[in-house]
Formats: sequence, structure tokens, C-alpha cells
Amino acid sequence: MRVIADTGLCQGHQLCQGEAPDVFGFDDEQDVVVVLEEHPDESRRADVTTAVKYCPAFALSIEED
Amino acid sequence: MRADPSQTSSRVEGLSDIPEVSTVLDDQSAEVPEIIRGTGHLPEMRVDPIGLFTRVREECGDIGRFRLADKDVVLVTGAEANEAFFRAPDSVLDQAAAYPFMTPIFGKGVVFDASPEERQQMLKNQALRGDMMRGHAQTIEAEIRRMVADWGDEGEIDLLDFFAELTIYTTSSCLIGRPFREQLDGSFAEIYHRLEHGTDAIAYVDPYADIETFRTRDRAREELVAKVQAIIAGRVAQGEIPKEDRDLLDVLIAVGYDAEMVTGIFISMMFAGHHTSSGTASWAMIELLRHPDVMADVVAELDDLYADGSEVSFQALRSIPVLESALKETLRLHPPLIILMRLVQEDFELLGHTIPAGTVISASPKVSNRIEEDFPKADEFDPARYVDPRQEDLQNRWTWIPFGAGKHRCVGNAFAMMQMKAIFSVILRDFEFEAAQPLDSYRDDCSKMVIQLEQPCRVRYRRRAT
Repeated sequence: MRVIADTGLCQGHQLCQGEAPDVFGFDDEQDVVVVLEEHPDESRRADVTTAVKYCPAFALSIEED
Repeated sequence: MRADPSQTSSRVEGLSDIPEVSTVLDDQSAEVPEIIRGTGHLPEMRVDPIGLFTRVREECGDIGRFRLADKDVVLVTGAEANEAFFRAPDSVLDQAAAYPFMTPIFGKGVVFDASPEERQQMLKNQALRGDMMRGHAQTIEAEIRRMVADWGDEGEIDLLDFFAELTIYTTSSCLIGRPFREQLDGSFAEIYHRLEHGTDAIAYVDPYADIETFRTRDRAREELVAKVQAIIAGRVAQGEIPKEDRDLLDVLIAVGYDAEMVTGIFISMMFAGHHTSSGTASWAMIELLRHPDVMADVVAELDDLYADGSEVSFQALRSIPVLESALKETLRLHPPLIILMRLVQEDFELLGHTIPAGTVISASPKVSNRIEEDFPKADEFDPARYVDPRQEDLQNRWTWIPFGAGKHRCVGNAFAMMQMKAIFSVILRDFEFEAAQPLDSYRDDCSKMVIQLEQPCRVRYRRRAT
């Protein structure tokens, strides 16, 4: 899977970091999400999916490789 | 070019290639109040806004227009146009100037909404921050339990009265602070309701017109200022307040704001979270009563979830999938805001048209949320839409828009969902509900820009056997 973050939509809620801190980081200067791991291991799918589903800005998505 | 505010009230040339919706209510007819005769679609928007917006899509497609007095309003629907609408920066599409009916409610000098940058800053520092949610969840649970404490074993409530009062307490306590909330009673909710009811679309002609609705609105605002003034006087008389007992009111007093300004700030802070949450809770209850199978699934899910004695304030922040799907479907069918507006600041390209500066452009959650191609059997309440792999909310991020979309997407949506989960966790485990009137008699009063349930909207409750 490929993780995509739309920084044009991110509002900086930072909830994704709570779900998958190894995949999502935060740029304090720009106040937006940073994808730390664009192709996370399959074992991380559940947490990444939760992060996508609960993102309050609908800024995250998963694309299948 | 940039819009010159002095010229924004004149109709703009250059929209002729965008189709205009038909007229079904003659704007000169005797039933139309004199002040809005000749204002195009304004009289219809005051009686049947949903019919008007729906007809724009039916007749004109993804982009059409209607007329409010001397303003053309372009209404877009569908994913492509909605995305362009929601992605446009504030410098191109400005929302502050598009809601004239809010200015007399907030008061002059209080902004309608912060810029995306300011919103982000507020999010970092203020009450909606993710790590504040746990405390809010506890506050909300406590407020619901207080509201049902005197319910006894059975009785009847009016959904609008009940949820409007509850959400006054939750929003004031979470956003302003517990000390302020403790100084409120039911009368504050009643006055606030009259204020919300003052959002007549006649404001598009004159927000200060001498009509009964606006006089009621202005009296309600004065009453709120008087209440806040009394609370401020009490705080001042109290003298030094220990740091740990201070709330936002103490901060605003220290900064030197007067009661008029403080009231305006509080009204605007609470506005976005009040009628929206109140209406959603009411409609969720109505839809659950209309769909007993879904109600049974939700109650079973909650019973199971809390069987281990876990706390509402803990679970409300976590996944409750069946309840969440029912809430999302409620929001899709009954979005609290049916139209979102922006004032075009620079000529704006959309679907091959140039929309000139000075035009109002809008998107409609009510219409977009029911686009048949995106939401099969769009008028049906079907929580299964949100189950993997359908996920019709995530799959249609530009048309599933009960919270709006883009940079201005409702900043309180996580708070709102948590609040709904907490409310239903408490009331559905302790009580069972039934309609106290025909199920198809619950409906919205759409005569004001702030839509509220039409009264009566009563339900009966009975304490569940333990």
C-alpha cells in the first residue's frame, strides 16, 4: 500500500500520529502532517486504515500498489 | 480583479452562460412580505430552501444559479465542482462576507470564522486540541447524566428542547469553561434559541430590517448581554480568582473586554457547535426510531462494549462502528447546514465558466449528500454504506459533505462525533425510547437559515430493566 497525505487539506489535528506514529509525523513549522513511511509494512494496515478513517480533515488516503 | 465592497451589491455581468433555475414562487405575489417583493428566489428560499437547491441541480446540473435580491448565487454540486469550491483559498472565495444574517447575532467586530491559518493556531492552543478530548468526553458524560438525573422511570421529552439545552451546557463547559457553565441555567438555552431563530433570509436584503423576527433576535441578544454582564459583575466582586479556577471569561475580563464584546465572542464560539449538534442528536434519535433494526444493533453494540464496566469518556473517543455508521447516515440525510456560501473575491474559473468577483458561490450539503450516482438509493437510511469496502464517506470526500470539506471543513467534527457517541452511550443503555407522534411527522423548520426541528417533536422514554 501507498500512504498519501494531502497537505492542502490537513488542519493539523495530529490524530494520525496517535494511531500510527511510525507512519505519520508532523511538521511544526508548516503545521501539517508528514508521511514518514510512504510504503508501510502490511502489518501496519489496521492502524493506518484507522488513521485515514478518523482524520478530521479527510486529508489521508491509501492507494494499493 | 478584487471585489470593491461598495460594488458587491450590484448584479454582475458575465453569468449569462450559467443557467438560472426556474421560479415557482412569484416574487410579487401577495403572500410575499413587502420588503422582499421583487427579490427573485429569496421568497422561495424562506419557505422551501431544499426544494430550491434541489431544483437547481435537477434543472441546471452541476452548476446553476438563483437570485437573492441584487445578488446572483451560483450553486455547485458534484465532486468536481465541489472540490474546486472547497479547495479555493480565502483570498479567492471569502466566507465571512457571505452570511449577512450572522452579523447582528455575533455583533460588529466579531468575525464569522477565522482564516485557515488562525484556525490551525487555535487548534494548537485551544479547546479543540486532540489531547483535550478526554476531558471533554468526561464533561459531556457528566452533563448528560445531570440532564437525565430527574427523569424517573418513564416520561416524555421534546427533542429540540432537550438537546438544545444539553448542548448549551456541553459547548459552554468545554469551550468556555466549567465555572461559566455552572452559572447558566435553562433560560440561557431558551434565549439562545430565540437568537438562532433570528436568521431570516430577509437579512440578504437588510439584516437590520424592522421586522418582528429581527426585533426578537435583538431583544434576545440584549438579554444574553445582561446575563453575561451579571456574571462578569459577580466575578469582579469575587476579587482575585485562583489560577486553577479560572476560565476563558476571567481571561477576557482581564484583557479588558466589556460584556457586549464578551457576549459576542461567546455567541460565535458556541454557534457552530450548538444547533448543529442539537439537530444531529435529535435526527439520530428519530432515524433510530424509524429503523428499529438499526436501533437494536446499536443498543446491542453498546451493551456489549460497556459490559466490562468501561467508562463512556473512554469509549466515546474510540471506535463504535455501528453507532458511528448510524450517525454518519443521519448527517448525510440531515446535514445541519444545507448551504455553504462564499463571496467571490477574484474572477474564479469553474467547469469552463468564469464566475466574476462579487458573485456569491455556494455548495449544498443537502443536495450533494443525496447524489444518486455517489450514494445509491440516496434517500434511504442505510448505515451499511460506511462499512468496508463501501466507505461511501471516504470514497466521496467531495460530495459526502455534512461537515463541509477542504481547509474550512468543520474543525469541530471530531469533537461532535465524540459528543454524539457519549450522548447515545448514556441514554440508550439506561433508557428505551419510542415515538410519541407519527414517525413521519418529525420534520425540520426550514423558514430560517438556521434550521431546527419543528415542534412538537416528542419522544417517550422508559428506564430499561437491569
